[in-house]
Amino acid sequence: MTEQHLTPDVMARAREIVALYPHPRSALIPLCHLAQEQDGWLRPEAMAEIAELVGITPAEVLGTATFYDMLHTEEVGTYVVSVCTNIACMLRGAYELLDHAERSLGTRTGSTTADGMFTLEDAECLADCGRAPCLQVNHRFFGDVTPESFDGLADDLRAGRLDGVVPHHGTLVRVRRDGGLRVEGEALRAERQATAAAIAGRAAASAGPGAPGGGPPGGG
Amino acid sequence: MAITDAPRILTSRLGYDDSHTLERYLATGGYEGLRKALAMTPEAVAAEVDAVSLLGRGGAGFPAGRKWSMLRKAPTSYLVVNGDESEPATFKDHLLVERDPHQLVEGVVIAAYALQVTTAFIYVRGEFALGLERVTEAVNDAYRHGAVGRDIFGSGFSVDIVVHPGAGAYICGEETALLESLEGKRGFPRIKPPYFPAAIGLYGEPTVVNNVETLSNLPWILTNGADAFKALGEGRSTGTRLFALAGHVQRPGVYEVEMVRTTFRDLIYAPVLGGGIPGGRELKAFIPGGASAPWFGPEQVDLPLGQDEVGAAGSMLGSGSVVVMDDATCVVRAAWRITRFFWRESCGQCTPCREGSGWLEKILRRIEDGEGRHSDLELLMDISDNLAPGVSWPPQQTTICVLGSSIPSSIASAIRMFRDEFLVHIKDGGCPRG
Repeated sequence: MTEQHLTPDVMARAREIVALYPHPRSALIPLCHLAQEQDGWLRPEAMAEIAELVGITPAEVLGTATFYDMLHTEEVGTYVVSVCTNIACMLRGAYELLDHAERSLGTRTGSTTADGMFTLEDAECLADCGRAPCLQVNHRFFGDVTPESFDGLADDLRAGRLDGVVPHHGTLVRVRRDGGLRVEGEALRAERQATAAAIAGRAAASAGPGAPGGGPPGGG
Repeated sequence: MAITDAPRILTSRLGYDDSHTLERYLATGGYEGLRKALAMTPEAVAAEVDAVSLLGRGGAGFPAGRKWSMLRKAPTSYLVVNGDESEPATFKDHLLVERDPHQLVEGVVIAAYALQVTTAFIYVRGEFALGLERVTEAVNDAYRHGAVGRDIFGSGFSVDIVVHPGAGAYICGEETALLESLEGKRGFPRIKPPYFPAAIGLYGEPTVVNNVETLSNLPWILTNGADAFKALGEGRSTGTRLFALAGHVQRPGVYEVEMVRTTFRDLIYAPVLGGGIPGGRELKAFIPGGASAPWFGPEQVDLPLGQDEVGAAGSMLGSGSVVVMDDATCVVRAAWRITRFFWRESCGQCTPCREGSGWLEKILRRIEDGEGRHSDLELLMDISDNLAPGVSWPPQQTTICVLGSSIPSSIASAIRMFRDEFLVHIKDGGCPRG
């Protein structure tokens, strides 16, 4: 038996989330966000445990996660700076801002600074066009950004002055849901039981002779 | 904000800093619409929504009442809220989830009651971290207040609401891709038919998918009655609508205006709305309805903001965004950036979209960079024709969803309206604007 990668607290929260859905797999994206909250990115160990929680293979978790821009299957900086360059921001100087950000942070778009502090991204429309050009740092919005205000923002982040506003990368929603479902109809319960039975069936089958015990199937 | 004297239906609380709290919501008439709805039969609530001609505010403009009436009767059915707002330059649902989440929650419960579903999911775009926190808080408070959960306000009706975060994928705004995503899968749009999740939706069960703004109208409609709503706007385009105004205007932002009785000119130039184009520049073109919509020029600026009126003029109100471009804008670059967006966001299932978007992006880039060829305009239109045969409006489809057939809109518009500008790029070896 290997050690658990996700902490007991994260595991407890993960189980609460799974219980909100008629089918456990629906919890996949929320659980990936939760794992990123713990690790800053989506580690293979975390994906293996998420797979177990929702009853699919680690490969299926990886295959799903790679579809989504916010789920990082490689390590990222403490702060992911996403500069929107879509049409509304472009018309108001987004590419000039992105050029400035590259020079100011000393990294190329799509890369992380040597000290691991910043990852710079060129983002699609972030839906804050009233304050274009805009950017997000770990999905917190900053609008009407100028080269000067960008440098001030980077300094504040480096100095930890925005710790209360911008959590470290991966922390998406700091408000927890109070309690589980209250209604749970008959049909919902039946669906849940059917899914649980199917997962148990799969687990029993994979525990059969010659199956690799629990770890991710196949090589890396 | 409205320049006609229409009431504010959706933005009435935005003057308050605490507009997102339950206290403010209750102090400003919150959950009154739900109480009224629960005193009616579910059928009567649905009939009321059908009667007001509430056109969906997400992009397709399908009447909400008709969508509801199509829900197949089954032991289990779902309501899913589409809050995955990602259409370029559309930022009105962003405002609603952050600033008035209880209005949305009340709308969800009203809809759930009318549809008699007991589980509703609010899918919020992952990048809206604050919006997710605000909606989660609102749902928590609404449970405590008795507006969500078991036996709502003593009516006997019960519904659970689950707030679900997305993770960054434009295509998940397409309702069948959203359902796939909600099932924990890659956001691949589903093959049609079935055309409507009302027949086969989430987990294969009948599902209604409604946009955030659409449902946010319901508390007001129930509180003030169908007649008050229908008195606003004209024809099928009733009520008010949020328009997200962006680009070259003095005052970009989200404005709630009365439909049809307001024009693009009002929106762009009225001092209380867009305030005109900065720097004394002239209007070159504007994009109504999102990146998928054909462009308009100054000659269309007096068109009313109505779904059928804009449709008849060859474009769409779509997602309610308006991007203004002044006369210094390079249209090749604008068309390139929109095409680059589609290329990055194509889910990759269908060849015309996956490959075509990339080819179009590369050709537009080389024209902008001074490497354009004389045959490129024809080539752009030929590839566009493979994506949307005839490059007409509304577009013909060669792909599973409308993302692919939307790609040619900006390219065809830019070439049709500004062919000479493309030719100058090709002849002079690059963008004259540097």
